[in-house]
Amino acid sequence: MNEFVLVLGMGLVTFLIRYPTLVLIGRIPLPDRVFRALRYVPPAVLAAIIVPSVLIPDGTHIDVSISNSYLIAGIVAALISWRTKNLLATIVLGMVVFLIWRLIVGV
Amino acid sequence: MPTPRAEFLAGARATIPLVIGALPFGIIFGAAAITTGLSPLATIAMSIFVFAGSAEFIGVGLVKAGVSVPIIILTTFVVNLRHALYSATLAPYVKKLPQRWLLPLGYMLTDEAFVVASTHYADSTSDPTYKHWYFLGSELILFVCWQIFTWVGIFAGTHFQDATRLGLDFALSVTFIGMLIPLMKSRPVLASVIVASVVAVIANPLPNKIGLMIAALSGVAAGVIAEGRGKPEPETIAISEEIAP
Repeated sequence: MNEFVLVLGMGLVTFLIRYPTLVLIGRIPLPDRVFRALRYVPPAVLAAIIVPSVLIPDGTHIDVSISNSYLIAGIVAALISWRTKNLLATIVLGMVVFLIWRLIVGV
Repeated sequence: MPTPRAEFLAGARATIPLVIGALPFGIIFGAAAITTGLSPLATIAMSIFVFAGSAEFIGVGLVKAGVSVPIIILTTFVVNLRHALYSATLAPYVKKLPQRWLLPLGYMLTDEAFVVASTHYADSTSDPTYKHWYFLGSELILFVCWQIFTWVGIFAGTHFQDATRLGLDFALSVTFIGMLIPLMKSRPVLASVIVASVVAVIANPLPNKIGLMIAALSGVAAGVIAEGRGKPEPETIAISEEIAP
């Protein structure tokens, strides 16, 4: 079975993305402008992951309705995070809202 | 000045909520891999050697779909390209570290550890001497727990197959929401988030998370442009706050 070729290949390409960049970029003096730009990476990446996951839960159709539990719970979680700034509370309460809402709308 | 040990433990502690968010995924991954026909050994090896949740999931999905090994490896490369952005962001902070530090830090870099570590590095109010210990603490707790979750999933076998019914697929979204909101403190960040969101939805039909890359880069560009237009503030990005409770 070539599943070990698969695993090692996947591992190798992943390593080759992560490690050399970490080493090489550190050796090159970065202009301040680039450094500042890189600080927008976390919020931009997070938004790019979150928004499609709650707005397009099935992966193909945009669903803006109250029967979309992902969207409703996502909005509630965002409000909880905004008010509390507490990550664990956001996760736990967000999940509770999601499960209850899904039960109510019955999807 | 915090000791290496204190930094390491603080990094691990700040990552606990994210570990909880990753828990269902690790279990679902282990279970899904087994039911797809991957051997337990290959499943364990994948979590050790690849250590990238979404790529592992997609890899298993492609195995199930009968896609050839070279294509799966190529897909993994594309899916994980975003890690180059993370490495590039963190590189200036770790450039003075020796290889014996850079190797494990680079090897175990994930979405979660990136957000935790970059937040801590950007916090100019704390002493930077041992922040790599914080980074390592964050990565190591994620790595160890991901292995354990994978094993639990393997043993759970078929019980967790229907992940969407349990709502476990929402766990990652809600975790990331809790990480994003505290970052949104300035206009440029807000612009970055809005543009990234809109582009991500428009580019969503593109395969292999290419849309995610385009959206992230658009968001970064929007942040830079918005920053240039506003009056110059030294603390434009407020990612200096601890994200842990």
